[in-house]
Amino acid sequence: MNNPQELRYTKEHEWLSTAEDGVATVGITEFAANALGDVVYAQLPAVGDTVTAGETCGELESTKSVSDLYAPVTGEVTEANQDVMDDPSLVNSAPFEGGWLFKVKVTDEPAELLTADEYTAFAG
Amino acid sequence: MTDSSSSSPASPRRTALDATHRALGATMTDFAGWDMPLRYASERDEHLAVRGRAGLFDLSHMGEITLTGPQAADALDYALVGNIGKVAVGRARYTMICDAEGGILDDLIVYRLGGQEFMVVANASNAQVVLDALTERAAGFDVSVRDDRDAYALLAVQGPKAAEILTSLTDADLAGLKYYAGLPGTVAGVSALIARTGYTGEDGFELFVGPSDAERLWQALTEAGAGLGLVPAGLSCRDTLRLEAGMPLYGHELTKATTPFDAGLGRVVKFEKAGDFVGRAALAAAAEKAESAPPRKLVGLVAKGRRVPRAGFSVVASDGSVIGEVTSGAPSPTLGKPIAMAYVDAAHAEPGTAGVSVDIRGSHEPYEVVALPFYKRER
Repeated sequence: MNNPQELRYTKEHEWLSTAEDGVATVGITEFAANALGDVVYAQLPAVGDTVTAGETCGELESTKSVSDLYAPVTGEVTEANQDVMDDPSLVNSAPFEGGWLFKVKVTDEPAELLTADEYTAFAG
Repeated sequence: MTDSSSSSPASPRRTALDATHRALGATMTDFAGWDMPLRYASERDEHLAVRGRAGLFDLSHMGEITLTGPQAADALDYALVGNIGKVAVGRARYTMICDAEGGILDDLIVYRLGGQEFMVVANASNAQVVLDALTERAAGFDVSVRDDRDAYALLAVQGPKAAEILTSLTDADLAGLKYYAGLPGTVAGVSALIARTGYTGEDGFELFVGPSDAERLWQALTEAGAGLGLVPAGLSCRDTLRLEAGMPLYGHELTKATTPFDAGLGRVVKFEKAGDFVGRAALAAAAEKAESAPPRKLVGLVAKGRRVPRAGFSVVASDGSVIGEVTSGAPSPTLGKPIAMAYVDAAHAEPGTAGVSVDIRGSHEPYEVVALPFYKRER
């Protein structure tokens, strides 16, 4: 499993980019995308929504199940990925790139975010 | 992100093809006590491959029960709702086994292998119940009931290219093998019961073979199908394929609390057969009720939006009242939108009924009521 070193991760299988101008990008990991199967519907938080670390902020629906999406950090959503809403399979084909989910202006982040190595050990 | 589905910690049984599935990188799932391939890569791609070309399935979890003896046909006519004595040698029948109250214990395919020999194929989840019921119901007849669950592996090749793939591996007369027929033959040097049956809505074959031959047959089919677009296909796409084809699944559309008439499958109950059969009186009453005052009907629902209905979700009318329940739901790869089967109050069950929604986690999503099936192959 190739989890990019420059990202940080949660135990809910989300990844978070390093903030630029305070804005970080959020997605789900390749491990999570594989576990879900084909994603067919993505309900993402709307621009302007405030998301809270550890709380649900959307859902991803796959052939077999629906999964809650958790916010890895607290902040205001600045962008939701329209490409993913139009074509949710991007989450499967490019989970760390074109399949990103939303961007958030971070106001607070939990201490327990994982490094790539920690996440790789966690996800197994 | 947390997957809301759960898995059982108990150690499930493995099929003869277990190592093959793992080598192919399959995602495995516990299904009715068996560790089965859910999907190999994208379930959507597997689904579309079966619709457009061909898919190869391991269905070894299915439960085979063999009845042999002078009164094998009589025993099955008593035990099942179908007219099994009328099935010709080499043909198969879709049928059901009901309890005395008319409730469905399982849906079955019965193959007549000889004048006095039948193979009953039950769902994995019900195989023990069916075996026990057949054993008990056959007690007064001159017949022996044999548990053959471990005697067979079951491979299925399904899709428009299935016949072409299989033809290259066998001398059996596939062109003469009709839908719902089966004949013994040799495929890739392996002795098999070759049946033209399936659960996908496509043409295809099910191959019952000895477990020790399963790997060899899988590899031969894989090689023969390589140039024709055959892919290994898991249970996830099998479920969406059967759903599109409007085929019921036990535990969803069919349960002990439903009769064949509730499920719109009353045609499988053959009252015209001579003797008594288990459930006859209750089923006659159910048939009458379904005719005069049906409570709910099994319908198809097609989403106007993109959110997916799941089994157990409520179907609601425009005033918010609950008018039914979803039994199966999934995104349909062929239609490109979510579909469902649901039991809906008869007043709302006509195709085109306006104002029908599904309650998807609190949001009422509009759905169109349609006749089943969602998909029918061109012949």
